[in-house]
Amino acid sequence: MATLFQGLPSSTAFSSSNKFNHAPAPTSFSERKSSIVTVRSDARWSPVLNSATHKPQRLITNAVATKADSSLASTSSKPGHELLLFEALREGLEEEMERDPCVCVMGEDVGHYGGSYKVTKGLATKFGDLRVLDTPIAENSFTGMGIGAAMTGLRPIIEGMNMGFLLLAFNQISNNCGMLHYTSGGQFKIPVVIRGPGGVGRQLGAEHSQRLESYFQSIPGIQMVACSTPYNAKGLMKAAIRSENPVILFEHVLLYNLKDRIPDEEYVLSLEEAEMVRPGEHVTILTYSRMRYHVMQAAKTLVNKGYDPEVIDIRSLKPFDLHTIGKSVKKTHRVLIVEECMRTGGIGASLTAAITENFNDDLDAPIVCLSSQDVPTPYAGTLEEWTVVQPAQIVTAVEQLCQ
Amino acid sequence: MALSRSGSNLLKPISPFFSCAPSILSRSISSSNDSITVETSIPFTAHNCEPPSRSVTTSAAELRSFFRDMALMRRMEIAADSLYKAKLIRGFCHLYDGQEAVAVGMEAAITRKDCIITAYRDHCTFLSRGGNLVEVFAELMGRRAGMSNGKGGSMHFYRKEGGFYGGHGIVGAQVPLGCGLAFAQKYSKDENVTFAMYGDGAANQGQLFEALNIAALWDLPAILVCENNHYGMGTAEWRAAKSPAYYKRGDYVPGLKVDGMDAFAVKQACKFAKEHALKNGPIILEMDTYRYHGHSMSDPGSTYRTRDEISGVRQERDPIERIRKLLLSHEISTETELKDIEKEVRKEVDNAISKAKESEMPDPSELFTNVYVKGFGVEAYGADRKELRATLP
Repeated sequence: MATLFQGLPSSTAFSSSNKFNHAPAPTSFSERKSSIVTVRSDARWSPVLNSATHKPQRLITNAVATKADSSLASTSSKPGHELLLFEALREGLEEEMERDPCVCVMGEDVGHYGGSYKVTKGLATKFGDLRVLDTPIAENSFTGMGIGAAMTGLRPIIEGMNMGFLLLAFNQISNNCGMLHYTSGGQFKIPVVIRGPGGVGRQLGAEHSQRLESYFQSIPGIQMVACSTPYNAKGLMKAAIRSENPVILFEHVLLYNLKDRIPDEEYVLSLEEAEMVRPGEHVTILTYSRMRYHVMQAAKTLVNKGYDPEVIDIRSLKPFDLHTIGKSVKKTHRVLIVEECMRTGGIGASLTAAITENFNDDLDAPIVCLSSQDVPTPYAGTLEEWTVVQPAQIVTAVEQLCQ
Repeated sequence: MALSRSGSNLLKPISPFFSCAPSILSRSISSSNDSITVETSIPFTAHNCEPPSRSVTTSAAELRSFFRDMALMRRMEIAADSLYKAKLIRGFCHLYDGQEAVAVGMEAAITRKDCIITAYRDHCTFLSRGGNLVEVFAELMGRRAGMSNGKGGSMHFYRKEGGFYGGHGIVGAQVPLGCGLAFAQKYSKDENVTFAMYGDGAANQGQLFEALNIAALWDLPAILVCENNHYGMGTAEWRAAKSPAYYKRGDYVPGLKVDGMDAFAVKQACKFAKEHALKNGPIILEMDTYRYHGHSMSDPGSTYRTRDEISGVRQERDPIERIRKLLLSHEISTETELKDIEKEVRKEVDNAISKAKESEMPDPSELFTNVYVKGFGVEAYGADRKELRATLP
């Protein structure tokens, strides 16, 4: 039982907030409803009963998708193996490193330490110090070094220990990573993957809870993807490594311990494709990363109230998969965007503009965009909860939209 | 090539800023492969390493090629100056005249498999890596025949097959890139080195020291070359750096100070550095050089330094004059021959300019090419590319 929740990095400062587990079907649960599992924010997986009694007093802010829904999008074959999201990332990384000797990883504490979120654990002993490189704390220069190495044909994966630290490397990412292919007239390709955990965690403080997708989205020449389940984490990681373009892969601190079943056979997902999480008729809800789970929890409530939301995990933040989104908008005529980015200049803002420009005739109501508040993330738990979008707000928004 | 020769029969005490003394070994000309030994103008100053010898072996052919290459570069930069004033070149244009010895000397010591990366004063380095004049002028004028298809401009010259990695506008950002190139060379174990060039202004950038630290930790074959022309745009080096001894700034990394106006000193230093880097990891070279033009075409270059200083350096340390004196004193060429070469070079440059002017401007559709690889462009497709294609703004 305890083994289900193993793999938590207990020795890092971040770990205490990462207890966010989704229990599969152990026999230890005395009572289990058929396909619904409730996860609580403190991840004490005592029987479900307790959570039900606590529910009215405390907002459950960290829900996880129900098994039925996640399996719809995630796996096609029942046999497969179960793992946590960070293990899925590691599996994808390991497979790509075995397949192509040009792939290397560089970042702080990725080598001997095993990665602060254990994504690169064991890789240094397997592939050696030259392929899994521990860098000093110098984001600007090691990002630049990764890009320089990529110019010659290597395929480095640059890990930011926390996405927020990559702000220090913004010049290298914007000017060199994004622009070199263009300004050299196509002579140089930059096949780097820049990845790292971001997003609002569990009381990590303002500087460690940043969402950088809004800052990076205008850089021409890069692609951005956000993973949300073990299935798409592995697929997107592999696709990003194989891509010839620079790709920024956004992971979320709270999703690393998500458990799910993924296929045994090798698979690669398309970087530019969105994922249909739950088909529906009444409203299109567009979301990505951790908000997917808040949306899915709100969806349960909405279904009980008689609404039929269509939930799409956009996955590709740059460029948007306007094909899938467009098809959905034409069907439902109402759009709700739920994101964890800031309200000002976030992904939601760009998506709103893109949808309005392209599909304005198909909209029956103005697009509603729910984003995080434009404040530095506070430390206090209650305040932090209210910085991000909660399922109750999503339910209210859908009800208003569908009037 | 042997680094030290029987230098003892080369005479004349050297005073700084004095061009090389004629050697008693000078023979009458014609055999261009006879080796000639030349002494550098001043000895090298070293930090944490043994400096190489002052005697450099060369040949008549090499001397002639140095002269021609530097004359070509000088003419190219002057021509770019007039094109800029005629508004055919717009934006920023940073000229390299005065510093040609660094480009030419470095190229003589290395192969095309070694990588060079530099900042925005890159026209001459591009040329020495195998670029041609038409590409240069076309790119400067924004035409399609340029090496970056007109989309890069003066600060973005690249030549992949020549091992020239640019051409970068942001001061100092190319040094981590250069250390990354060295890392890739170490990764593929191909016994080549990278020269990451930067200026005295960029020497104060933090990312340089970060990259140097990583390069020293991982033993990368990176050679950091500081082209110290003593002015970071309008700020003199003593006003920008507490310690202007840039070759010492590496602390644990060895350094060498070189007279950057002497092509042979540069050649010797680069050879030494290449051998050192392949065995021991990074090394810093400081090239003591000078630019005659201002920082860029919008800078007259005389508000922060006196015209006397500029003409003084031009008289005493000009790199082309040094080679000319060597050629004449070793009786390898005559005055008229050298003048003919200069005329020929001038004509070559003029021809290249007119050819470049004939090239057309890039097509509007080129706006979206090469943003992503695979011609992805800025249009968003869905999974089914037969369906609606929505274009992002």
